[in-house]
Amino acid sequence: MQIFPCPFCGPREEHEFLFAAEAGKVRPEPAAKVSDEEWAAYLYHNDAPKGIAREIWYHQTCGTYFLMTRDTVTRDVKDSRFLSEAST
Amino acid sequence: MTTRYSSLALLREGFRGHRGWRPAWAKATPQPAYDAVIIGGGGHGLATAYYLAKNHGIRRVAVLEKGWIGGGNTGRNTTAVRSNYFYPESVALYDLALRLYEGLSRELNFNVMLSQRGMLIAAHTPAQMEICARIANAMMLNGVDGELMGPKEAIARLPLLNQTADARYHCLGGIWQGRAGIARHDAVAWGYARAASALGVDIIENCAVTDLRIENGSVKGVATSLGEIRTERLAVAAAGATPGLVAGAGVHLPIHTYALQAFVSEPVKPCLDTVLLYLGTGTYVSQSDKGELVFGGGLDRVPTHGQKGNLPAQEKVVAGLLEMFPAFAQLKLLRQWAGVVDVVPDSSPVIGPAPGVEGLYLNCGWGTGGFKAIPAGGWLLAHLLATGQHHEISRPFDLDRFIKGRLIDEAAGAGISH
Repeated sequence: MQIFPCPFCGPREEHEFLFAAEAGKVRPEPAAKVSDEEWAAYLYHNDAPKGIAREIWYHQTCGTYFLMTRDTVTRDVKDSRFLSEAST
Repeated sequence: MTTRYSSLALLREGFRGHRGWRPAWAKATPQPAYDAVIIGGGGHGLATAYYLAKNHGIRRVAVLEKGWIGGGNTGRNTTAVRSNYFYPESVALYDLALRLYEGLSRELNFNVMLSQRGMLIAAHTPAQMEICARIANAMMLNGVDGELMGPKEAIARLPLLNQTADARYHCLGGIWQGRAGIARHDAVAWGYARAASALGVDIIENCAVTDLRIENGSVKGVATSLGEIRTERLAVAAAGATPGLVAGAGVHLPIHTYALQAFVSEPVKPCLDTVLLYLGTGTYVSQSDKGELVFGGGLDRVPTHGQKGNLPAQEKVVAGLLEMFPAFAQLKLLRQWAGVVDVVPDSSPVIGPAPGVEGLYLNCGWGTGGFKAIPAGGWLLAHLLATGQHHEISRPFDLDRFIKGRLIDEAAGAGISH
């Protein structure tokens, strides 16, 4: 069982969390001018990085979305912070 | 250089003390240039090389594998082969694979130990049975052997299944596909490698691709740990490693990588002669020819590139198995492992040209279901490499479906674990 740090609740077991998305995506605007390619890229493109990844996670028990920086090979968690504290 | 395998060859070697067997495939070193290069020496990559040589006469081909052949997901799955899908596009794809599997041992002169013992997707509620009827009907309309099986026949096929009054899930029957079954996964990789090698394909192990060489939007070659290799036709069949390989070429994929675990128990006498997927537990199980119970379940829901699983998923899968077969609680686990699977939003593969790069072709996104599709994945990717055009079966699986919104959503369509 891996322990993930929720910025609100502190360390909790991994099954309380859901992976939401890779961090850093910006929704293209305005909608009327967004091409199908741009929209598909926003919806679907992922980097699936091997190594350090910045990801949005959801802590189901408290309802907090937060930014977690992890290593996708070793599973080490490097950082966990509120989205409001994230730079992007 | 390969010996043709036959009873006669076995008899002859028996009298000679088995000293005459040759290596099944040649250990090649890279040439400076090839007509086509395939990254990934798993089932899909090796099958691609074989069909390039066999169907299209292109034999100056290299398969580059960073480890050893069949050491990735091809050697890490639970060996089930089936075509019990919902959408016509998927059935066309997976049944092409199953039909090729049916003739594969003869085609490759290598016993892939295909055992078409049938597969049951078991349902537990009237509502689930209605969904099963819908899928079985869709399978029949798409021309494959699906049928709705009732509870009596289903339970008769599964003598150890927990059907006591306090069982959490009772079996009401489900979808039966008689042509489904299992095949020896390693043998599929080895058989394709041997047959491709015999046709002149270079299979190069311990050769990691470090960069793609692209000039003016066209593939010119690859940089590898064994040096530069020139080619103008490049295929990537590297599952979870694909996003990292093509990112430098500006190709972005809708892939998340997760670990999928599988488990093998100690061997026991024959007690299960079908492949069973239980909708209630999400656990699937079959018994290998050696007697081991081979089983698995859903994904670990933590994106990863590490080939190891996490404990909550293990607990869920094992608990599911014991709910289905309480008697298996006496068994010890022999092995447990994980592979990194490349999951896309609609649980259907990506087969087609990489957008914006001339000469670069993709075969990825198989997620948890790549093994059963190996012959078709190779057949279709070879067609793309040789002609530059889609085969009619691979067309719907082009990457452009994400832009057009024509997803082939088998996660919802088939109602089964992916």
